[in-house]
This record gives sequence, structure tokens and C-alpha cells, in this order.
Amino acid sequence: MAAETPLRDLSNSKKANRADRAFSRVITGAAFTSLIILAGITIFLGAKAVPVIQDQGLSFLTTTVWDTIGVPPEYGIAGMLYGSILLAVIALVIAVPVSIFLAVFMVFIAPTRVSKFLTNLVDLMAAIPSVIIGLWAFYVLVPPAQEWQSLLNQYLGWIPIFANESGNFTGTPFIAGVVLAIMMIPIVTSVTSEVLKRTPPELINAAESLGCSMWTMLRYVALPFGRGGIVGGVMLGLGRALGETIAVFFVLKIVFDINFFNIIESGGGSVATLIVSKFGETSGDFEVDVLLAAGFFLFLMTLVVNMLANLIVRRTERLKS
Amino acid sequence: MEETVIAMEALDAEIARTEKAPKQIEMSANGVSVWFGKRKVLENVNIDFPKKTVTALIGPSGCGKSTFLRTLNRLHELIPGAALAGEVLYEGDDIYRQDVDPVHIRLAIGMVFQKPNPFPSMTIRGNVLSGLKLSGLKRKDHDELVEQTLISAGLWKEVKDRLNAPAGDLSGGQQQRLVIARALAVNPHVLLMDEPCSALDPASTLKIEETIRELSKDITIIIVTHNMQQAVRVSDYTAFFLAEENQPGFVVEQGLTTEIFGNPRDNRTLDYVNGRFG
Repeated sequence: MAAETPLRDLSNSKKANRADRAFSRVITGAAFTSLIILAGITIFLGAKAVPVIQDQGLSFLTTTVWDTIGVPPEYGIAGMLYGSILLAVIALVIAVPVSIFLAVFMVFIAPTRVSKFLTNLVDLMAAIPSVIIGLWAFYVLVPPAQEWQSLLNQYLGWIPIFANESGNFTGTPFIAGVVLAIMMIPIVTSVTSEVLKRTPPELINAAESLGCSMWTMLRYVALPFGRGGIVGGVMLGLGRALGETIAVFFVLKIVFDINFFNIIESGGGSVATLIVSKFGETSGDFEVDVLLAAGFFLFLMTLVVNMLANLIVRRTERLKS
Repeated sequence: MEETVIAMEALDAEIARTEKAPKQIEMSANGVSVWFGKRKVLENVNIDFPKKTVTALIGPSGCGKSTFLRTLNRLHELIPGAALAGEVLYEGDDIYRQDVDPVHIRLAIGMVFQKPNPFPSMTIRGNVLSGLKLSGLKRKDHDELVEQTLISAGLWKEVKDRLNAPAGDLSGGQQQRLVIARALAVNPHVLLMDEPCSALDPASTLKIEETIRELSKDITIIIVTHNMQQAVRVSDYTAFFLAEENQPGFVVEQGLTTEIFGNPRDNRTLDYVNGRFG
């Protein structure tokens, strides 16, 4: 019997040279930084939220009172949490179709030069500071928007969402939603057009050879192919909509009661805007903690939205592969 | 006496089958020249494609075979800057006439591409039926259509139990047969194939070739191939394309495949089919 061939020592190959090791440590460190920051924020907000929840109980999340001088003071942010979601939904309904149409136009229809111009324009739009958008909306958008809303109410008032009893069309969730949509559109458009641009030419070829029209090619080939990426883009935009503070501050009248669906009725809620509008007038540390607790739940909400988005994206990607 | 006549007819038919006597013409290219922008890539191509035969387009890379193929179902015009002179006749009519709807042409003249390209977001069944959706054709007997086309494409036995699986689950060769089934589902009279086996292993290639032979009993097939043996195995007719450096491609020689490979008239053809260049 032949002697067994001795095992060779392969550990040497794992020993990267020193520069490589240093480099990989720097990279690992950078990767952990984001984790540490995220954990830091969560712990800080969580620590502030715990005493508030202990003091206020679950009613902090389920009621709409905001009584800072009562004994004891009572706080409830249900209207704000719901308001944030309502604004995001309004913004989504407006921004998603507009963004997808715009992206389709840029990728499949517009001549190259127009398409490049639009791409730059959209990127520029994404860079406008939200305070500028808020100011612009306050001075330029809101006055005519009152007219639009009054027209909507006049002709479509029988649909509950377009009801308005007060005759006051300022500070409505609709306006705030429009402003958020304006802020979402560049993000969603940019991501969507990137995704659509990646539609494999061989799939487009296949569709063309099967006698597709522009519409059927989009409907059955390009959009399904880009679905995961588009959802990701929408979620990015949604993150902005949920967390947007200052632009909403200019156009939404914050009321604590829940405005369930009267989107063109004055008054709505937004957690982020609540925080910024109440922060300057707090009396005492506990009230600050209340706002931070509200921030904690806003943070939680965006986290859940992001996780859901990831789940959706991963599911559609898995179907594809 | 009568028996002799019948026997003679049978003999004629036999000769027609074996010798591929002149058949009815399904498609023909008359004086086709093609440009991309200012660059001329094809010069004055004249080829007839007889009904229910297989014609192989051979020649070295870059000689315009694939471009020519794409002019035959009006896919060429979708490339920006593409231009064309001459005419392409399908059943006697110019497919580039102003009042002809390119969608009708692309449905009558299907195409299979080099790389298998099933739609990844669709199931196997969905892929077969995708042409109906994309073109807006209405058919009721979906199940039958799926079965028939998959049988024709030689894939039915392998997939009949998992029609609702994603198309991506199939191997490369199966995917290529799936896209053949997809092309057949809109009932084309002509099938254009652009190097359909170049991304496949030999066993899959053989299967596709069998499929091509089977299909040619019912439809006309025009296939671009770099594989000379494949041209010999599957085609009735062959056209040899060539392009000198920076010159547009042209047809050197065309005719029965047996002639092109067995007894070419042009020395360049002789060199090419014997693998001396290209």
C-alpha cells in the first residue's frame, strides 16, 4: 500500500499582506460605523420614550389629547401618527404614477438629448432644500391650490374624501401631500429610470419580435423586470415623505384630532412637524421627552416601512431568479 | 396505364422532396442594402426563400448576416439611424410599404435570438402565451395552444408537469426551445433564427436542430449560423455572406446547401466552407 500523500499546509494563502489587512480593517470599521450610529439613535430615543410610555401608558399612542398644563399633563399622538401615514399615502398616489410616466418617457420615448436634459433636471430637483420647497409652496402653491380644492369639493364633494364643511381650504392634508409628492418625484423618477434603463435589450428584442406595442412592452416586460427596483425607489421616497418636517410645517395646519380622510379639510397631523413646531415652546424636560418619544415612534414607523420594502423587493427578486 | 400515371406522380413527388425542386417562394429580398447612419453594412442582397424550407445564412462575423435577418421582420428599423433600400417581399407584398403595419409583419415572421431570452418574470406557460398578450391577439384555447407549441418545439415532455414554474428554472437549451414555442404561439409562417445554438451545449444543439427539421414541414425557416456542420445538417439552401474590410457585406454565393458545400463555384466559398478563414 502506498503511503498516504501528506496534507499540504494551505494556511499560508489566507495570510494576506499587511496593507490588505489594514485596508480590510478600515472598511470593516466604516461598515460598523453606520450600525453604531443607528444603534445610538435607537438607544437614545428608546431611553427617552420609556419614561413617557410609563407615565402616559398606551394612551400616548391611541389618544389625541395634547394637554400640557393639565394635572397631570396628557399627551396622545394618534392623530399625528395617522396623519403622517395619510400624508404619505396622498403623496404616493400622486408621485408614483407621475414618476413612472416620467421615467418611461425619459428611457423609452424621449430623444437622447431631451432625456439627458430631463435626467439632470430631475437630479437638480432632488437637491432643492426642503425649506425652499416649503417656502415656495406657502407663497406660490397654496393660493391657487385653494381654488383647485374648492373646485374638487364643488364637483366631487359627494365622494367623502373631497368633503369640506368648514369652507376653509388652507392647511389641508391634500396640500401637504402635494408638497411631499413634489419632493418624492425626483427620487422615485431617478431610481425608476435607472432600473428601466437596465431592461435587458434581449427582452425588449423578444417583445418587439412578438409584435408588442409600447404599452404592452412596458406592461409585460419592462415594468415587471424593474418591479423590485421601482418598489425600492418608492420606499426611498416614502421614507422622505414620512420624515419630512419643514416643508410640511409651512403648509399643514397641525390639529391633534384625527382627520381620517377629509383630505381637503383644514388640519391634519404629522409626527415630524409636530416635533419641530412644539419644540420651541416646551416647558420642562418631560415635554421634551414627550416629543422625543414621538420621534421614537416615527423612527419605528419608518423602520417598519423600510423592512417591508426590503421584503417586497427580495420576494420579487427571488421570483425572477 | 392509370397505375403508371400514379406511379409517375409518386415518383415526381419523391423527386420533388429529395431534390427540392423549385418551390413556391415565401419571402424574397430584392436589392436590399442597409445602413447604420452613414455606414453601409449590406450591399444589394437578393435571396429567395422557398416555402417550407430551411435557408442557412453563413459567413464570417461582421458580414451583416444578423442585420439582414433583422430587416426581414422589420426589427432593423427600431435601431436609431437604421436605413434600408430595396424591397423585402412576403407572400408577394413589400413588407416596407407605407400602409403595412409592422406588428402584423413581426407576427407573421417570428424570431429566435442568439441568447435564450424568456421573460424572467413569467412562468413557462406565461412565456408561451406572452406573444398573445404583447400583440393583443385573442385566442381561446390557451391550454391547447401551450401544449401544441411546446410539442412542436420539442419541450412538452420535459415541462408538462411544471408549466407554472418560472421560466428561469429551465436550462439554457430548454429556454431556447421555450422561446421557439413562444414564437410559434402567434402562428408565424416564417421563423428567423439568429445563431440559435451558439450559446448551447452540443446535446441541446442537436435537439434544436431536430426541432428545426420538424418545424420546416410547416413553416419557412431562415437561420444564421456560424457552425458549418449545422448548416449542412439543417438547411436546404445556403447563402454565403462576406464583407471585405470596411466594406458593406454582400452575398458571394447562394443555392442548394449540397451545392454550396459540395461544389461551390466561388473560391472564397470553397475556402470558407473548408474552414480556411472566418
